[in-house]
Amino acid sequence: MAKPKVATTSLAGCFGCHMSLLDIDDRILQLVDLVDFDKSPIDDKKHFDGPVDIGLIEGGCCNEENVRVLQDFRTHCTTLISVGDCATMGGIPAMRNGIPLAECYAEAYLNGPSVHNPSGEIPNDPELPLLLDKVYPCHEVVKVDYHIPGCPPPADALWQALVALLTGKPLALPYELIKYD
Amino acid sequence: MADGMTITIDDRTISAQPGQTVLEAAQAAGIYIPRLCHREGLTPGGACRVCVVLVNGRPQSACTLPVTPGMVVENDSPRMHEHRKRIIEMLFVEGNHFCMFCEKSGNCELQALAYRFGIAAPRYPYQFPRRSVDASHPDIFIDHNRCVLCARCIRASRDLDGKNVFQFVGRGVHKRVGVNARARLVDTDADVSDAAVEACPVGAILKKRVGYAVPVGMRLYDHAPIGADIEAEAKA
Amino acid sequence: MADNKRKIIREICQSCGDDPTRLMDIVRAVQMRLRCVDDEAMDLIAKAVNTHRVEVAGVVSFYAFLADQPLGDIVIRLCDDVIDEMAGSKYVAEALRSELGIDFGQTTPDGRFTLAWTPCIGMCDQAPAALVNDVPVTELNSDTARRMIHELREHMRPELLVTRVGDGNNAHPLVQSMVKNNLRHAGPVVFSPVNRGEAIRKALAMTPVEVIRAVKTARLRGCGGAGFPTGMKWEFTRAAAGERKFIIANADEGEPGTFKDRVILTERSDRLFAGMTIAGYAIGASEGILYLRAEYAYLRRYLEEVLAARRAENLLGRAICGRPGFNFDIRIQMGAGAYICGEETALINSCEGRRGEPRNRPPFPAQHGYLGGPTAVNNVETLCCVTKVLEVGPGTFSELGTGVSGSAGTKCLSISGDCRAPGIYEVPYGTTLRSVLDMAGGSEAAAVQVGGPSGKMIAPAEYDRRICFDDLATGGSVMVFSRRRDLLHVVSRFLDFFIEESCGYCTPCRVGNVLLKERVDRIRHRRGNTTDLDYLRELADTVKLTSRCGLGQTSPNPVLATLEKFPHAYTVLMPPNGNGALAPFDLEAATGDARAVVHRERQHSTAVEENRNG
Repeated sequence: MAKPKVATTSLAGCFGCHMSLLDIDDRILQLVDLVDFDKSPIDDKKHFDGPVDIGLIEGGCCNEENVRVLQDFRTHCTTLISVGDCATMGGIPAMRNGIPLAECYAEAYLNGPSVHNPSGEIPNDPELPLLLDKVYPCHEVVKVDYHIPGCPPPADALWQALVALLTGKPLALPYELIKYD
Repeated sequence: MADGMTITIDDRTISAQPGQTVLEAAQAAGIYIPRLCHREGLTPGGACRVCVVLVNGRPQSACTLPVTPGMVVENDSPRMHEHRKRIIEMLFVEGNHFCMFCEKSGNCELQALAYRFGIAAPRYPYQFPRRSVDASHPDIFIDHNRCVLCARCIRASRDLDGKNVFQFVGRGVHKRVGVNARARLVDTDADVSDAAVEACPVGAILKKRVGYAVPVGMRLYDHAPIGADIEAEAKA
Repeated sequence: MADNKRKIIREICQSCGDDPTRLMDIVRAVQMRLRCVDDEAMDLIAKAVNTHRVEVAGVVSFYAFLADQPLGDIVIRLCDDVIDEMAGSKYVAEALRSELGIDFGQTTPDGRFTLAWTPCIGMCDQAPAALVNDVPVTELNSDTARRMIHELREHMRPELLVTRVGDGNNAHPLVQSMVKNNLRHAGPVVFSPVNRGEAIRKALAMTPVEVIRAVKTARLRGCGGAGFPTGMKWEFTRAAAGERKFIIANADEGEPGTFKDRVILTERSDRLFAGMTIAGYAIGASEGILYLRAEYAYLRRYLEEVLAARRAENLLGRAICGRPGFNFDIRIQMGAGAYICGEETALINSCEGRRGEPRNRPPFPAQHGYLGGPTAVNNVETLCCVTKVLEVGPGTFSELGTGVSGSAGTKCLSISGDCRAPGIYEVPYGTTLRSVLDMAGGSEAAAVQVGGPSGKMIAPAEYDRRICFDDLATGGSVMVFSRRRDLLHVVSRFLDFFIEESCGYCTPCRVGNVLLKERVDRIRHRRGNTTDLDYLRELADTVKLTSRCGLGQTSPNPVLATLEKFPHAYTVLMPPNGNGALAPFDLEAATGDARAVVHRERQHSTAVEENRNG
């Protein structure tokens, strides 16, 4: 029987949640026995080959590309999990949500203390994805089945969640593993 | 217990004293009624609505309602659990609660309630309001992003400090805690030793230079849920 | 200039006895004289009345008619009611905008005009309507709105806009208003002719306890909508310990579509004041307050004159009608733009010069009300009924209805919207909604909102239901919607009203109404899915159950009523495969700002899209 497939991605996040996943220590070997990784930075696979059982999303949506990737995950994944505070509530990137978008662009490309931009223009290369009006938590863009909060979530939380889902048990994290920091 | 009476909370009959609120009587009997705007020593506010219980079938805030003999209180039922969860989630999406860098994290009553209720993420869309920070005072700062409008600072300043440093201004979604000066806290007689500073359940009013003093793992709500101390007394 | 300001504020505070409980009168007067209550004014007032500055700021920022930045010499407040909208208020708004060159919420650079939206001003039967300072201007259209601005620019005197006065006392020299009564059907109780002193004399022939018994025998219940038995309320207030007791008439009707109190105050104020006096006698109060909503300030001088006339006839004042020891007088307390002050404990806070937030109950006003004294707060219409009970006797009064149990007498309805004859209809309790609609020429209605936004939305199948406490209990608002109307738009506008008027004290009302509106609008814009219907029901349920006062306990009603009775209004807007997995996120809208900032044309991104897909 083929192993269940897992896909992961980091949208507007810091990869800290992926680090936390690697932080399950030697259980990573068990994980490799349990599942195959499809699209994921862990195996550097860029595209989906087909349907996937579990998708882990780190990061919220700050630009149009994040939205497309997230929608792609939703299309391919039976179960989609928001991992970490950025995915569940926007996180640190969402601190810009109180600042007008034009000011964000100006800070990044024109006025920031480390900016060197003699053209004085905000670049408009079609390869640069457009920023969204604000950073959105994933479940405000697509339907998300489960949330594992934390910044990052404890490795045990990720491990327990994966094991529960892979063994068909309800995903109910104990008190000590639901943390927002 | 000459003037005592009994009331029923979730099929448990407990004794209560005249003058007690439902919340106080429950607490004395080791029953935790979740609450946020309530704080011992302050006039009850009835604002957050987390402590709403059904008294003889009618919704009432347990923190404001005096006990009367024979009252039947529904507290920890599935439906009240669900209502409370929704209220806590409303508070999370209403403000900007970035727990990951908040000094109060681990000791925050709002966060602790969400932990106790097992909330992984609020079901409601985040409002991301634009709110301000007042760091003018040398020893205290106010971060309105985290304010839950519980009025604990207002009541503490008025009733315990005798200062009236705080009062609500605006109404509805524009409501916020104002200070007794044209704009800045530094222009009031607020002091870092004020009861009002201690009273804040979240990270909206904080003392400067003492953040993150307690390491993760040793904070108030790292291991045991809020209210567990009250419930432990019942078992003891 | 600064000295002059100081002098004005000192005078105003002194005229109110430097009394912090008169803060409402003080800040209103300062607003009127100085066009705002700014930082300096707040400091000066706080000092004069010996309160904290932040308390003054709390009050000023609570009421919509007060401002901490200067408003124009003339403030035009256009009613943003859904009924006014149906009558074309957006064309009026557009005319005002273009004529003044400012948007709503702004003041012209010369400081002459401020433009603002305001919730229901009680003129739905002559909509669209606006208040120009205190002067109501009704039946506006874009032409008259433009002309109005031209005229105001000439003379800057809103009262000169009134070239034709309305009927009845609207033509009184102290009113001089273009407002019409539209009293389509006067019933045998509230709008029956009144003799100034008759009911009081009859009451004085009885003991106070007998008066209360008569009111109970008449089965009189509160007409504000909740229907609490009036006699019982008085009994509690009478029995409560307290030296000073108070009777307050609640003339803060603000539920959209309600305007019956306006017509009662215009035409039957003597009936109201007699009722208050009788109430004072019954409960042992010597002080009465008429809490008059700011929108009806144009009636104030007239009402003061009626009170003066009553004093002159010894129907108010000391030893009323020669009865030694029965002293009673009435003062008018003006509101300042806050619907929530119609809630009795919020109203009491407002009378005490505080933010109009409801209080926790218990204690109830009957035990601990205005200034801590036992207080009975009654609706204007209820007090008018009291006078009738004394005039005809409780037996006759209780037979004035159509005999439905539990509801005696008549009910004044304010009917507006899609009907031929909007206005006031005083009908016996027990009248069916159908016959009400027939009377008003609204039989074609597709939906009727009874009791205002917080009341009930009724579908045609239910038009045989009756106006009475046990079925369609109402404060009086009846809004008629034809088939042309988009009911979800109406719901959304109702929620706008509650969001605007929530005091924000408690979480579910402050946050929940915003969330309800977000989801209703999402569905309206075809971005909802079927799971949103349960989401709405559950959210509405929590807001209703856990809110602290009647506002939040009823604000979700329009959502719940439409979900129940007009489910099609929602489901028709659902996308065909709307199971929510790929919630139709509006990427186009979310990237609009960024496009503008980086100057990206739309085809760029399409090209990238094709490139990627290819």
